[in-house]
Amino acid sequence: MGKRVLLIEDEPNIIEAIRFILSRDGFAVDTHSDGSTALQAVQAKVPDLVILDVMLPNRSGFDILRDLRAQAETENLPVLMLTARGQKKDREMAERFGASRFMTKPFSNSEVLKSVRELASL
Amino acid sequence: MPKSGLTGSRIREKRISNGMRQVKLAQKVGISPAYLNLIEHNRRRIGGKLLVDLSRELGVEPSALSEGAEAALLEVLSDASAGMPAAKAETPRVEELAGRFPGWSALIAAQYRRSMSLERVVEALGDRLTHDPQLADSMHEVLSVVTAIHSTSAILAEDGDLDPEWRTRFHRNLYEDSQRLAQSAQSLVAYLAANDDDGGANAPAGLPQEELVGWLGARNFHVSELEGPNAVSVDAFLARQDQLTSAATTASFAKTYLERYRNDARQVAQNPLARAMKKEGVNPLALAQGFGCDLATIMRRIACQPEENASSPFGLVVCDGSGALTFKKAIEGFNLPGYGAGCPLWPLYQAMLRPMSPIRAVVEPSGHRARRYLTYAVSQPSIMTGFDMPQLFETTMLILPDDRADIPPDLPVLPVGASCRTCPRIDCDARREPSILTNGF
Repeated sequence: MGKRVLLIEDEPNIIEAIRFILSRDGFAVDTHSDGSTALQAVQAKVPDLVILDVMLPNRSGFDILRDLRAQAETENLPVLMLTARGQKKDREMAERFGASRFMTKPFSNSEVLKSVRELASL
Repeated sequence: MPKSGLTGSRIREKRISNGMRQVKLAQKVGISPAYLNLIEHNRRRIGGKLLVDLSRELGVEPSALSEGAEAALLEVLSDASAGMPAAKAETPRVEELAGRFPGWSALIAAQYRRSMSLERVVEALGDRLTHDPQLADSMHEVLSVVTAIHSTSAILAEDGDLDPEWRTRFHRNLYEDSQRLAQSAQSLVAYLAANDDDGGANAPAGLPQEELVGWLGARNFHVSELEGPNAVSVDAFLARQDQLTSAATTASFAKTYLERYRNDARQVAQNPLARAMKKEGVNPLALAQGFGCDLATIMRRIACQPEENASSPFGLVVCDGSGALTFKKAIEGFNLPGYGAGCPLWPLYQAMLRPMSPIRAVVEPSGHRARRYLTYAVSQPSIMTGFDMPQLFETTMLILPDDRADIPPDLPVLPVGASCRTCPRIDCDARREPSILTNGF
């Protein structure tokens, strides 16, 4: 059984593409699309890695990340942040809240796969 | 060096191009070669008969020698040099450059003007991208769809052994996303196209205040239907303005503004104000006393008084008690932020600190061309909310360009910007966020 990745993203076809490339590489991929319940989804079954979109319906990915870092069982959980906003302040905010890595859209599949492999092996 | 010094350079250029020796030309016009040499090197002023004689011998009209490069060209060239000191342009020799190489000079000036124009567009777009929620959402939508297309197409292109079922799904996804992208791009283009060329300062549509200001801008900020004894009611007027009534929020916003406009026009009629301004100048205090109105009212009336089928040359900014800008009428050289707050150094905000105490200040906005503006600002109660209720104030600032104001020489000059994001004054004590111009320009 491969390592488990929870993909929190609201764009269906991005979900499908990332799920495909990670599954093909041996990862078990679960998905979640709603920001307001994302924290519970992580806590219900803590994955080996979270891929977290910043702009989610109902709650910002930054808020979710901050809550993850505030709890003992997820404070060191690798989190790869995805965003369509690549501004410096977004990057700084991701770093401040404790993102393991930050990636701007549009990204390449190989970049995502490489980052996931590296973060999952930590 | 005097501007007329250019004449010498042009005499020299013309003489050389005609193949005439300096000695020969000097003899023909009855002066010494040494004196002609001084003239040609712009060390002696020239005019009158000597200019006419020289132009006759050189076969040109006197004006062709005396007018030389326009003063405006020299000014722009100097600005270009000042704007990029690292280039170490030989600024003291700018007249020589303009006189000897008018074509190249015109090119430098045109490119400088172009770069200034582009800089303003970048400022406005950067400002909008940060503060305009609709634009940010649109960009997010486009980038999300592009990401989905990018990832899906990469899978299809790179995986030759893709399961047929997956291949079909990804093809379908691509088709769906391409349709979404087309729609998103069209929406984005339509949104951007609805805005004025200034990129946000005076007329970007989308939010109620912006739609109103855009509509006012198209009318030179003057609503003649609400002026004078034959003024129509605001409701009747608004009923004919489809652009202002398409959205309920804009209609409500416009009605509030226009009702105040009509009341202002009743207190301060257009023609008497024009006469008073012509007679006494633009002195808000004297005008307010003359018309028996408050300062904010006279400032609003001054700013919407049209001149020769053009908008009033005076700017106006209004903010509420939170400092949020509720009305913006920009003028050339004094840029106003399309979105977000203004420069905290504006006299507008100083007046907020001193309700009912009008202030007058000279400001110099950031920019390559240093230009000064005389500003008047006052903070007044905007509405009586009732006993034991918070007092609501509104602050108004009138902006007079230096060519339309007698700026008192004893007033200190305050450097200001439009907003922190688009202000190049990096070391400003009032800075609240980095400037997007720090590295770009």
